[in-house]
Amino acid sequence: MSITAEHAASLAATSSRPAVTAVQAYGNKLGLWNMWVAFAALALGLPMGLFQAAERSGFFPGIENTAVYFASTSTHGVLLAFVLTTFFTMGWGYHTMAHSVNKKPFFGWTGFWVSLIGTVMAAVPLLTGYASVLYTFYPPELAHPSFYLGATLLVVGSWFWVADMIIAFVQWKKENPGKPVPAVMFMFTITALLWGWTSLGVASESVFQLLPVVFGIAPTIDVGLARTLFSWTLHAIVYFWLMPAYIAMYVILPKEAGGKLFSDEFARIAFVLLFIFSVPIGFHHLYVDPQQAAGWKLLHMFGTFMVAVPTFLTGFTVLASMEIAGRLRGGKGLFGWIGALDWNNPIVLAGGLALLMLTVGGWGGVLNASYTWDVMVHNTQWITGHFHLIFGGTTVIMYLAAAYWLWPKITGNALYSRALAVWQMWFYFIGMVVLTAPWHMLGIAGQPRRVSTTDQYAAFPEYAQMWGIYEALMIVGAVLVVVAGLMFIYNLVMTHLNKTPAADTKVEYAVAIHEPMRLPNVLNSLAFWNWAMLAYMILSYGYPIVQFFFIGTHGTIPWGV
Amino acid sequence: MSTIHIDPLEKRWLWAIGGMLAIFWGVQIYFAAAENMHPPSNVETIDSAKLHLSGEFAEENLGVKKEADGSYTVTMVAARYGFYPQEIEVPANTPVKLRIASFDVLHGVHVPFSNMNTMVVPGYVSEVHTQFQTPGSFPMICNEYCGLGHDYMYSKLHVTAGKS
Repeated sequence: MSITAEHAASLAATSSRPAVTAVQAYGNKLGLWNMWVAFAALALGLPMGLFQAAERSGFFPGIENTAVYFASTSTHGVLLAFVLTTFFTMGWGYHTMAHSVNKKPFFGWTGFWVSLIGTVMAAVPLLTGYASVLYTFYPPELAHPSFYLGATLLVVGSWFWVADMIIAFVQWKKENPGKPVPAVMFMFTITALLWGWTSLGVASESVFQLLPVVFGIAPTIDVGLARTLFSWTLHAIVYFWLMPAYIAMYVILPKEAGGKLFSDEFARIAFVLLFIFSVPIGFHHLYVDPQQAAGWKLLHMFGTFMVAVPTFLTGFTVLASMEIAGRLRGGKGLFGWIGALDWNNPIVLAGGLALLMLTVGGWGGVLNASYTWDVMVHNTQWITGHFHLIFGGTTVIMYLAAAYWLWPKITGNALYSRALAVWQMWFYFIGMVVLTAPWHMLGIAGQPRRVSTTDQYAAFPEYAQMWGIYEALMIVGAVLVVVAGLMFIYNLVMTHLNKTPAADTKVEYAVAIHEPMRLPNVLNSLAFWNWAMLAYMILSYGYPIVQFFFIGTHGTIPWGV
Repeated sequence: MSTIHIDPLEKRWLWAIGGMLAIFWGVQIYFAAAENMHPPSNVETIDSAKLHLSGEFAEENLGVKKEADGSYTVTMVAARYGFYPQEIEVPANTPVKLRIASFDVLHGVHVPFSNMNTMVVPGYVSEVHTQFQTPGSFPMICNEYCGLGHDYMYSKLHVTAGKS
């Protein structure tokens, strides 16, 4: 060992910047830019949610404005469901590609700019009230063309990322024959592949139906077909949002908690099952739609419940990994390991809270997935409660945790305040629970989602009476969530500007108890799952789409808002 | 071919997952078969632009009709921003068939605490079969955003004390 090497090592250890390869530096920068766009969307979108909760409650007549409410709801949905999620996942995906397999993307900045330009093109009509068609943009109501072009570009930009992930995956495998692809890279590439398949539905709707009508090429639109294509995207997109949160639970949480991943293989199995079972099951969004037959809905019901399998597997593996950490830290007895965990670590805390919300929200999802009972809650405030708990709660809280983990490693600066991060997690969790529990109750009591006021039910005083207390509670929840969101943004900005170097900038993922040396090919490659997906999609969506070309449909003329 | 490592605890958990899945599916199949509960799914097309000209959904044919077998058929049109006719009356504990079509955009109709809940998609006829159990007046709420007047889109359903 020469003096020079030792000297270099000590320099790297004391330097405020992490010692990274050129590829990793590239991935860091690209990842950071993508993720800042994501969290800017969060910062803009959250206060809109508070406004909506206050506006529709009826307690503040001064702010009631239907046009502003629906513009706000549309923007809130697009920012949080499309912009936050897509940019965060692209950003962390590029970071993972650089650090787990040391690969540089080909189209990273192209994808970033295409998606960003698309976002701005969609944002302008949204904010000015020319695209108040909600984030599900159900035709035949039509928004300004810029909204559809922008949304399409956001998706097209993300396809560059999908291509980059797959190319890096395949290249690494070629260079390392027989070796397992690192679990984190495997899971991210499966997520990218899922998004590729998922986005085809809405992309087809946009290219073949919406854009032709918007630009006057087609005089009418078949709404039944449009809804069927959108359902293809509408459920699986939820898994595109959720999978990075699961990745954080699998690859960050066990190590942060001080333990190991319980099973590497089962993490992979969960991801391939999530992939295969989450796309061909969108019909539970169409249970009460007239244009699809009951038999197809029943078939999709079976598939919908299959998604419970990887979800339960994930819950098991993540909890078992946390138990290992708790016992290594000296926890004894059946539940003693829970108290032994470091709940003052924001990432551990986020993991625990995310699993709690997933458990409660997941059981709510069982009702939504029900072929027979969904009619009781369809399009009620229950649905809003459900997806805010699973997406806003479980998913986004893990994005925040991942950001606290990533920012010091990318910038080389220490996390500004760990205590603030812990408080932020509690505020966010309590806020989400106080926000969504009343929504579930309101839904069962029949309150529709997507209304800007409930004044109209004055003719039915028993409903108004039943709803009042929940309307008040949800505002408290919304305030807490917004405060937590601002605490997060402040902490992240201050971390970025922090002069104190981070103690540990090495990117290390959780290691499994039994590190696999070799894996069956199906858990280490994409080809089999692609073919399986193609077959399953043809089975579950083939006839339901083709039927529109021979059952004698009538197009519908477009309408303004 | 390499094999994967499965912990005995994981094996037991897989059985538990299989059991839960069987319960989820079993309950669904039971209610669908035994109680004949199915979501509204009649796959019937119609030209929404010509609803008002003639036929089942022309204005003079809308409303409540008693069928020969004692059941009721309710024919309605959903259009911005109301369901027409705006008030309907049916007896409790009697089979009711609602047939509804949209004149313009996407709507939905929901009577809280009942399984009368269907999307009303332009170009298609929605059909719901139900029985109302509790007499009283209920809102029929539009539950899909249909434009800036959507908030105020509802009709009244009066359920009279029918046969017990």
